[in-house]
Amino acid sequence: MNSPMQTQPWIGQSVERLEDPPLVAGRGAYAGDINFPHQLHMRIARSGHAHGRIVSIDASLARALPGVFAVWTAEDVAEVPPVDFREGSIPALDPYRQPVLAKGYVRYVGDPIAAVFASDPYVAEDAADLIAVEIEELPPLLDARAAPGEFAPGHSTEAALIRQGYGDVDAAFRTAAHIVEVELAIGRHSGVPLETRGAIGRYDASRGILELHGAAKVPHRNQELLARMLRLPPSSIHVHESHVGGGFGIRGELYPEDVLVCVAAKKFNRPVKWIEDRREHLIAANHSRQQLHKIRAAVDKDGVILAIDDVYFHDQGAYVRTHAARVVHMTAGILPGPYRVPAYRATGHFRLTNKTPAATYRAPGRYETTFVRERLVDAIAQNLSIDRIEIRRRNCIGPTEMPYPRPLEALGEEIHYDSGDYIGLLDKLFAKIGWNELNAAVKARKAKGEPVGIGIEMFVEKSGLGPIDGVKISIDTSGFVEVVTGGASIGQGFETVMAQVAADALGVDYRRCRVIHGQTDRIPFGIGAHASRATVMTASATHIAALKLRAKALDMAAQLLQTTPDALDIADGEVVRKDGKPGPSISLGKIAQNLAPTSQLLGEREPGLSAEGWFRTEHQVYPYGSHVAVVRVDRETGGVIIERYCIAYDIGRAINPALVHGQIVGGFAQGLGGALLEEFTYSERGDPLAVTFADYLLPALRETPRPEVLLREDYTSPLNPLGIKGAGESGITAVGATIASAIDDAIGIPGAVRELPVTPQRLKQILDRRAPR
Amino acid sequence: MKPAAFRYHAPKTVDEAVATLAEVAAEDGRVLAGGQSLVPTMAFRLAKPAHLVDINGVEALKRLTVADGRLVIGACVRHAAFHRPVCPGPLGKLLSDVVRHIAHHPIRNRGTFCGSLAHADPASEWCLVLTALDGEVLAKSARGERVIAARDFFKGIMTTALRDDELLVEARLPILAADMRCGFYEFNRRAGDFALAAALACYRVASGTIAEARVALGGVEVSPRRIAEAERALFGAEPGDKAFRAAAETAMAAVDPMEDAITSADYRRDLVLAVTRRALERASV
Ligand SMILES: Cc1cc2nc3c(=O)[nH]c(=O)nc-3n(C[C@H](O)[C@H](O)[C@H](O)COP(=O)(O)OP(=O)(O)OC[C@H]3O[C@@H](n4cnc5c(N)ncnc54)[C@H](O)[C@@H]3O)c2cc1C
Repeated sequence: MNSPMQTQPWIGQSVERLEDPPLVAGRGAYAGDINFPHQLHMRIARSGHAHGRIVSIDASLARALPGVFAVWTAEDVAEVPPVDFREGSIPALDPYRQPVLAKGYVRYVGDPIAAVFASDPYVAEDAADLIAVEIEELPPLLDARAAPGEFAPGHSTEAALIRQGYGDVDAAFRTAAHIVEVELAIGRHSGVPLETRGAIGRYDASRGILELHGAAKVPHRNQELLARMLRLPPSSIHVHESHVGGGFGIRGELYPEDVLVCVAAKKFNRPVKWIEDRREHLIAANHSRQQLHKIRAAVDKDGVILAIDDVYFHDQGAYVRTHAARVVHMTAGILPGPYRVPAYRATGHFRLTNKTPAATYRAPGRYETTFVRERLVDAIAQNLSIDRIEIRRRNCIGPTEMPYPRPLEALGEEIHYDSGDYIGLLDKLFAKIGWNELNAAVKARKAKGEPVGIGIEMFVEKSGLGPIDGVKISIDTSGFVEVVTGGASIGQGFETVMAQVAADALGVDYRRCRVIHGQTDRIPFGIGAHASRATVMTASATHIAALKLRAKALDMAAQLLQTTPDALDIADGEVVRKDGKPGPSISLGKIAQNLAPTSQLLGEREPGLSAEGWFRTEHQVYPYGSHVAVVRVDRETGGVIIERYCIAYDIGRAINPALVHGQIVGGFAQGLGGALLEEFTYSERGDPLAVTFADYLLPALRETPRPEVLLREDYTSPLNPLGIKGAGESGITAVGATIASAIDDAIGIPGAVRELPVTPQRLKQILDRRAPR
Repeated sequence: MKPAAFRYHAPKTVDEAVATLAEVAAEDGRVLAGGQSLVPTMAFRLAKPAHLVDINGVEALKRLTVADGRLVIGACVRHAAFHRPVCPGPLGKLLSDVVRHIAHHPIRNRGTFCGSLAHADPASEWCLVLTALDGEVLAKSARGERVIAARDFFKGIMTTALRDDELLVEARLPILAADMRCGFYEFNRRAGDFALAAALACYRVASGTIAEARVALGGVEVSPRRIAEAERALFGAEPGDKAFRAAAETAMAAVDPMEDAITSADYRRDLVLAVTRRALERASV
């Protein structure tokens, strides 16, 4: 990290993180650190069967165990509806929602059947083991490609058929010079934060407030959702986020356990704490990614894409959770990526199976579709014997075509690429890494029989989900700034970034700013941290609020200094003359004193040195990039060694380059996991086989090379005041695609990799099938 | 992932330990050594021992000595003790090569050599070493003590000849001749994971040809095993790529690989070729 300068402008500097001192000193407050007097500990008894009818549940032994306060089954929470969708009821999907405790049927191994409440977590676990559940097994459905079955009477396991598209696809296929078709599968994996989930419910009977402590991400959304489900006024529920050991999209959604601790806390009038263990996490928290695509492209004789037609199968797992059809729908909208696709049709089969329910994981829909699209483009290049870079040059949307609207949707908004030069960035990456030399070197090694190869892929990200964010800023009488946001911090440096933005507009040191997030009792509105939105949306609102506050401060200062506001500036917390000439100055703290409600000088002004700012947008912003990988394959074992990995990314404007860098590097590691290692596997009976870190293989230090990052700020976004685009998901998006393409190149079999993750065993099979030993 | 309740015993001597074991063995009493395998199993409640006999306080078990041409490894000697050669010559070097493949540093600071033997994971590196070198263990109970040879000790996946009331007091490895060449190779998906296949090869050369050879495989079958066919293939051959490949192919044909839901027997067999050949190659440099 650069050693930080001590002055403005803060934006653009890799300043140190404000959030680190408590974390590195062991003073963080994670869910596990939150305790209340008289709390009970909850333990969930879970289904050991993938699919079955609950015949009986006998909890008498558990209830009799000393230290056990209560044991609940579905009957005890009959009045609690299934966990609702974040955006409210969707009649077609409502029947697929997950009850907080299984009702009549179990649908995956891990499905909550009973909740034990006890004086300590050991007793709770002992008691959960004593619950006898009789299940009549039903055949499990484990493959989303298989013919759909019945989920419940009148409801197919195909919960929805998603369609997006435009143009005359059939006509394009009728007349195309070439049709290229591939079938591609992405494995089931997910975000696995170091900190498992945790939820602490507390009912404050003295104020009539129900509190949920624990996860970060979408506190306000969860507040609304809980209010709906529990039929309470939203303002009677408060959600408080704490420090987090990773989020990645999966942590912080409202899960059955979160609802249970709230209901129990209210009913028992005692705090209820639940901390997920690792085994539970791997079978109960959201899975993601698993899709199979049958995709074809109609292309002309020069390799120009005329149409794409994609039919895909999305393995949703056992229930539809808070995200509803978000990932399966976005998949269709986002697939075309950086390419001009004159006609397009995507048909997604949204299917339930007897596995852990799925939802969003960092770069949802994009990791999957980048793999699919880029494999398809590689296949077109191969089929038409056109260089794989050249084929991209011919099909990429150019800078003069921006803004580029596309009649497709992602997250309920029309896709509208705001700015960029996709090929331009690719060329910059080539220049940085010495593309020609790299190719020559790899070619020379190949000639000697070494199985090395290069992968190169492109992607367009999607970030800054709107529609709106609001921020309140106030400065106290000492000049200290408080920025109250409806955003959330999932460890990404949210506080630092908001402080940098506020500090620049206010003329203060960013370390004199406290940033509040994830507290529904401090601000009534917020959309949280997901979809790479926090910096785009919350920082824009912060900027707007801070400018308003600045104006208010200067207005007051002008009166006090007997000049006009436009003659004044703020530097290091002091209002001074803009022209730099010596003269009287006044601190922001003093101005706050003069704006106190009791101040004689207040006049007609609103009391307080404070302001509120809102930022509204109709479209998301679309950063983009390219990845390059150099890999070596071990032909005898099927192992893959990544020798080099490079990522180019245009973020528009980097508020804190070191933090962006961190996002990219961390994302890369997770992408690598999905490409080579991580997979939730199941037996034929539907038993999960990856329930520990010995079987669910996360990449560790020795598996993860340090990627080289080319961070550019060439194309700012015209859609927000600071020109920001999101950072959270760029490192992960193209990793699966790029490693696949590098492996193909290394083993000299184009299109060989059709499935992620590329395990050594799978790669060995590919090698044995195609090459004589 | 909270273990079920158990009673904890902390004997100070070997005699005390075996006396306690004699009392509690019938109630699923278990020895606690480094705890790196046992404790996770308890956390998952796959094991719910009613008693734990913690041997970490028994001074006599911390010994690591060379006597009568053997390296004697007490039950409390940690993996980390082998990071540097514990004795001169090829044995110390081999053990320091092998140990780096066992888990990760913090685990090696706690886990014990003898605990690995008692745990008998098919892919355990130390089980492979004991097998390849024809080591032995000393087992002691209130009923007396006995020496068990490696080939009689491993009885399948996590199963040994050790009885419930027996303490594995020490393991013994023969000191290798100065001209013994040793090589170890394992393949796993991540550094520190249990191997999908591992091979240990040792040979001596006399007048340009291989005079004595040991080839053993771990992680392939239910227990580590010396592969006599591969050893015969090497005997009398000139060390080099041709001989190594032939031996590896022989080993491939000779094994009966395990199969599970993730890893097929065929793939494990493929790996035998790679790990055997590479272990031999490493021995040759
Ligand atoms: C993440 C991780 C990765 C690992 N990777 C590897 C690896 O790559 N290779 C590998 O070989 N191991 C690996 N291990 C296991 C590790 O090496 C253990 O230390 C070893 O298997 C057991 O030794 P321990 O001293 O910890 O035994 P414990 O866990 O204390 O005991 C294991 C079993 O042996 C019994 N036992 C132990 N000592 C004695 C004794 N003296 N007499 C009688 N019974 C006894 C116990 O009762 C218990 O049943 C890994 C462990 C972890 C957590």
